Amino acid sequence: MNQMTDQIHRDDASRSAILSIRNLTTSFRAGDGWTTVVRNISFDVAPKETVAIVGESGSGKSVTSLSIMRLLSKASSRIEGQVLLSGKDLLRLPEEEMRQVRGNDISMIFQEPMTSLNPILPVGKQIAEALTVHQNISAEDAKRKVLSLLDKVRIPNAKIRFDEYPHQFSGGMRQRVMIAMALASKPKLLIADEPTTALDVTIQGQILDLIKELQNEEGMSVLFITHDMGVVAEIADRTIVMYRGDQVETGQTEEIFHRGKHPYTRALLSAVPKLGAMGGSQLPMRFPIVDPESGEVKPQIEVRDTVAKDKAPIVEVKDLIARFAIRSGIFGRTTAAVHAVEKVSFNLYEGETLSLVGESGCGKSTTGRSITRLTDPKSGRITVDGYDMMKLDRRALRKVRQSIQIIFQDPYASLNPRMNIGSALIEPFIQHGLGRKAQARDKAASILEKVGLSAEMMNRYPHEFSGGQRQRVAIARALMLDPKVIVADEAVSALDVSVKAQVCNLLLDLQQSFNLAFLFISHDMAVVERVSHRVAVMYLGEIVEIGPRAGVFGNPQHAYTRKLMSAVPVPDPARRLIKRNSQIDEIKSPVRSIDYVPPQRKYVEVSPGHIVRAD
Amino acid sequence: MTDITLASATPEKAPNAVFNALRRNRLSWIGIGLLLLIVLAAAFAPMIAPYDPLKQNILHRLSAPSAQFWFGTDSFGRDVLSRLLYGARISLAIGFLSVMIAMAVGSALGILAGYIGGLFDQIVMGFVDVMLSFPTLLLGLMVAAMLGASFENLIIAIAITETAPFARVARGPTIAIKRRDFIDAAKSLGFTPVRIMGVHILPNILSDIVVVASLWMASAIRTEASLAFIGLGVAPPAATWGGMIREGFENILSAWWLVLFPSVAILLTVLALNLLGDALRDAIDPKTRNER
Amino acid sequence: MTSYVTRRLLLAIPTLLAMLTVVFILVRLVPGDAAVAMLGDRASAEALAALRAQLGLDQPLPVQYLRFMSDMVTGNFGLSAVSGRAVLSEVAVVLPYTLELTAAAMIIGIALGIPLGIVAAIRRNKWPDYASRLLSLVGLSFPGFVSAILMLLAFAVWLQWFPVMSRPTANPIDHLRSLALPALNLGLIMTAYIARVTRSSMLDVMGEDFIRTARAKGVKTRSIIIRHALGNALIPIVTVVGLNFGTMIGNSVLVEIVFTRPGLGKLILGALQSRDYTMLQGLMVVFATFVVLVNIVTDVIYAAVDPRVSYAK
Repeated sequence: MNQMTDQIHRDDASRSAILSIRNLTTSFRAGDGWTTVVRNISFDVAPKETVAIVGESGSGKSVTSLSIMRLLSKASSRIEGQVLLSGKDLLRLPEEEMRQVRGNDISMIFQEPMTSLNPILPVGKQIAEALTVHQNISAEDAKRKVLSLLDKVRIPNAKIRFDEYPHQFSGGMRQRVMIAMALASKPKLLIADEPTTALDVTIQGQILDLIKELQNEEGMSVLFITHDMGVVAEIADRTIVMYRGDQVETGQTEEIFHRGKHPYTRALLSAVPKLGAMGGSQLPMRFPIVDPESGEVKPQIEVRDTVAKDKAPIVEVKDLIARFAIRSGIFGRTTAAVHAVEKVSFNLYEGETLSLVGESGCGKSTTGRSITRLTDPKSGRITVDGYDMMKLDRRALRKVRQSIQIIFQDPYASLNPRMNIGSALIEPFIQHGLGRKAQARDKAASILEKVGLSAEMMNRYPHEFSGGQRQRVAIARALMLDPKVIVADEAVSALDVSVKAQVCNLLLDLQQSFNLAFLFISHDMAVVERVSHRVAVMYLGEIVEIGPRAGVFGNPQHAYTRKLMSAVPVPDPARRLIKRNSQIDEIKSPVRSIDYVPPQRKYVEVSPGHIVRAD
Repeated sequence: MTDITLASATPEKAPNAVFNALRRNRLSWIGIGLLLLIVLAAAFAPMIAPYDPLKQNILHRLSAPSAQFWFGTDSFGRDVLSRLLYGARISLAIGFLSVMIAMAVGSALGILAGYIGGLFDQIVMGFVDVMLSFPTLLLGLMVAAMLGASFENLIIAIAITETAPFARVARGPTIAIKRRDFIDAAKSLGFTPVRIMGVHILPNILSDIVVVASLWMASAIRTEASLAFIGLGVAPPAATWGGMIREGFENILSAWWLVLFPSVAILLTVLALNLLGDALRDAIDPKTRNER
Repeated sequence: MTSYVTRRLLLAIPTLLAMLTVVFILVRLVPGDAAVAMLGDRASAEALAALRAQLGLDQPLPVQYLRFMSDMVTGNFGLSAVSGRAVLSEVAVVLPYTLELTAAAMIIGIALGIPLGIVAAIRRNKWPDYASRLLSLVGLSFPGFVSAILMLLAFAVWLQWFPVMSRPTANPIDHLRSLALPALNLGLIMTAYIARVTRSSMLDVMGEDFIRTARAKGVKTRSIIIRHALGNALIPIVTVVGLNFGTMIGNSVLVEIVFTRPGLGKLILGALQSRDYTMLQGLMVVFATFVVLVNIVTDVIYAAVDPRVSYAK
């Protein structure tokens, strides 16, 4: 493998770069002045090379790619520097010539496949447009080329799909359509701006494989923008690390990962969980925290065992079923049902973290919401802190809120924008009659300190905080009622890598202090591996595998668990050239017809506590 | 402990942003200024009107604008300017009160329908749809005709025409906000539905409602004038702008001032309210906030 | 698509029934005796009794309701208290004129409003945009009759380019001259609404991700506007135009009165003055039915333009 990378180095040196960026600086108009968002970026992209730009939000990585393509609004942005495409400076070109470069010499694909296609034009026409705009080509020839492009991006039934509309395609398929559009004019360079971020893990794996294969077939260079170090390791020859608009480190991907020099690079790498790096530890592990400015490594705190195995479980779930009716037709008859959760059973002990992991539609979120009665399940037995959740009247249901709380995914939507955080924290305390306002304030102040914020912030409004801070406020609010169980519904998924690590550490700390039990719902296998005592893997509404974390991750039994784990991009460049060989498939949907009878399932215990569904 | 990421303010509704955006928008200044002028003129009408609006001067009937009667006189010799000023009080009062009633009732219905959902929502919205299928003017006409046109009845009539639109306007954002996590959080924290609707939903949709309120006040004044023109206004000899135009219409060929000045008055008032409503809408929407 | 249309038509039935019920309630709002209100204080007792019997006012309320509903549904809108003729036949006589006016106004509104809105969206924050926005705002600030009167003053009384009273004639040129001012008046108000919604709809669409994709493909700006943006922008425009139809009908009534043009407006005025409640009731139903029909048409156009709609169900 090392021989191959050396060969690539030598080939590079003898050829001139496809793309040469020199001192690129982009600023946006703000009020009466300008804010610089990208500062003095310089790098090259050689032919057939994949370069990744990695950074968190606010790093300027996306703006860099939009600046290269000159897709920013002329009225509110200003781009300086040089962008040389095979010697030609794109920034100095008149708009008409730049238009001829776009989609022709350089193509771009974007993050959101859902909204990046015109909803009222058939897909085939949109791909054909990429051809007809730049070449004199008849409609029939264009259609033929489009069909071969659809084959190339591995979309089955190309002839039929040519006339279909974007909403008839799934997210992964839409991204393939975008790639087909981008490849139409055989560009020298493909810019991919976070193309897999919005996709499920297994789909992400397929798309990454596709991009790698196509790059080889077409002989083009790729500039890949991402925040995911695993993706970087898997796909990039060279990597550029950006932080707050600056280019902090550039180099061969291997160098960056193993011998990264800049403190931010090291901070970023230390915040990335590596699948399989837990050693033999049975307990969760905190993320090492590196200061991004100084590079100083904060001392690791040992995690002690908080699981109360001898007491009764604080949450018991037996045969939980949750279904949503789908109505259609004139009279709104129920024609089908979403079998969101199908006979799920598990226990959660005090002080334990049980993770529910799976992809979209697997039912993990619905399970979490059903347990807290945010949605009403169809049937099943749910016991929380001794309360039978299905039999509670309205008053008892209110009271049980003091035992189990939930924190949500979107930090920007989980706080009332019109309430300052002090009021938001005090509200639950007062509404439950736990004391007077002064006591509420004291408690709020102390909990704020515990989650890493300060009591002086109580007068501020949510928009004054960053995403990570807002999530801390949401956690603090949940803690005001002294719950014993917290359901974390993708609570860290929307956060930046480094913030994710800090908030995970916070959750572990809180577990240590308060003996909290967590039901940790996530699609991120690597994070789950880090924070859980036990793990349950869900697929199409059922648990396919459940057991101690070390057992499930170290010795996965079910085919789906193995598929999930192989799809996760590992932040280790050495694994880059290992092919995944995944099949092209879709995420199956749990929608069933009314007369569907779920099959009886058998479960096998392969080792103590490690149970697998026998298929 | 600080986060590594940039703690920049999100483009959400920071309390100051709206105010600042309003300040920068030039058109909003015109709207506010105009409105203020009209409101003050109406409020101080008894003090600034040169004549008694009901006093008839048979000698001077149908006289063109002059130094003595700045806006001329009508067929009863009454001073047009004074009648305009007093007419402003009626129009503004009816416009304001009818919108306030419609806003309170309509928004409450809309929020309830949006929050409760299900059959209740379908029934309420069905009712709203039916009310919306009556053209505003005709609905107001019908109610006013049936009840008899008086100050109070006109307020009721116009309020009835505007309740359904408010319900619509309140329901949409309610449903959008209902899906946001902080409402789920409020539910899982055990808050009562009344509290959630009042404390968590209402403040967040208030801006949407207020924008619509100013636009509908413009519409209310338009409707009131139109009804007066048809003959369903506050009864003469009281001065209403629409009524003045109605009387003036008969003499349109010879006494143009009778029709022109009330028309301009209505136009300016409605325009001012529309400008204000538009400016508010642009200021509240983060996308258009930075337009000049 | 046909199933969508059928479903939409079926859904309109409860709306229409509810609408009829509301009209029933509205007419019964009259404080006191309707017969007295209609015939006056000095009518004889026999005349009053006869009218009450004819209108069914002596029956209990549920019976009146059922009779009303069955009458309406079968097209029996009653007799005008003024002319003695059937309400529907009176309506049928003048309906073509109102329709002609409304149609002309729609055409003017769309033909002028959409291009104005597109230009305002493209030249955003430059002077064509400001001018268009201000003009639109002024345009829809006019109550329908005010602009009509001012137009009448300016073009018919002072300049004498057009007749003061609008009368349809056999001569096509005179007919058009007659139609011109009222249609222009309504049409310009419609233009104001359409230009505004076109502008904001285009601006919304131009900010969408798929426009960025089209630019990244190298598509020309003109193609982007016409092929990608306009199609998507039309959807909310159609909706708003449909919603404003009701306002336009209200304005058309006023315009017909100002220009002394035959049409439904004149009927309303007459019915109001003579307290012909039967006629008023019938007219309300006619207008509201029109609005419901326009809503159906709007929804169908919506479904035709947007492929997501009929597919989803």
